[in-house]
Amino acid sequence: MHENLNQWNFVAASYVIGLAGTLGLVAQSWLAMRKAEARRDRSRGK
Amino acid sequence: MHGFANPARFLRIARWMTPLLLISGLVLGLGSLWWGVFKAPADELQGETVRIVYLHVPTAWLGMAGWMAVAVASLTELVWRHPLAGIAARASAAPGAVFTAICLVTGSLWGRPAWGTWWVWDGRLTSMLVLLFLYFGYMALASASDQDGQGEARIPAIFGLVGAVNIPIIHYSVLWWNSLHQPPSITMGKSAMAPEFLVPLLIATLGFSLLFGGVVLARMRAILANAQAEARLRRKAMTEDFA
Repeated sequence: MHENLNQWNFVAASYVIGLAGTLGLVAQSWLAMRKAEARRDRSRGK
Repeated sequence: MHGFANPARFLRIARWMTPLLLISGLVLGLGSLWWGVFKAPADELQGETVRIVYLHVPTAWLGMAGWMAVAVASLTELVWRHPLAGIAARASAAPGAVFTAICLVTGSLWGRPAWGTWWVWDGRLTSMLVLLFLYFGYMALASASDQDGQGEARIPAIFGLVGAVNIPIIHYSVLWWNSLHQPPSITMGKSAMAPEFLVPLLIATLGFSLLFGGVVLARMRAILANAQAEARLRRKAMTEDFA
């Protein structure tokens, strides 16, 4: 049985998942760092 | 090496290196992916699906490199009691797990049109899946040891070291066992790939590696800042209790 797969669908799905995962990781790490450093700075003043 | 053990010195370097690594990594990573999708040619045999290589190979490399970072930092923590080593190991685990997961998903999406199946239980795919579970185990152990304060910090470090046995298994799996997965196309100083595929792939690998470095530094800074805030609040609470 011959399947007619559109190869671009697989490429697009890979890039969407890969980019979402990578950019999500970068954003989460950056925001967690900013939040933790703001908490540390606030604790200095208390 | 112990010169970098000082958290204040580390923070002085990490403050300017974190954005530098993240921005250069994003520019190189996104640029090379754009090159891979819109400029690089399709492969004669695999057609358009070869474009997945620009995402799959860098994430596979970083999945393995992430665990090597965990293992080296764990060894440093166990042997030299380097104060930042445990933090570096913990900071490397989540990015390593994310890149391993992306590698597995993109590999599966590549396997379906190339091999006719989403998954096979062969040496390479199975050992990579084991790596993902090792990351989950390490993160659970590290979190448990952090939560009870006096927890045994050595347990995740030992786990990180022992888990490194999986890295050569992943690397050599395609040579040791029959596999649908192709053997390595790039080895030390040699490549079986044509330059039009190889150049964007190397740039993507460099870009993703810089991103990984930036993410690890950001996560180390977050762990350090949280620890410093906790210590200050504890000290304040104690002085108020005795006042």
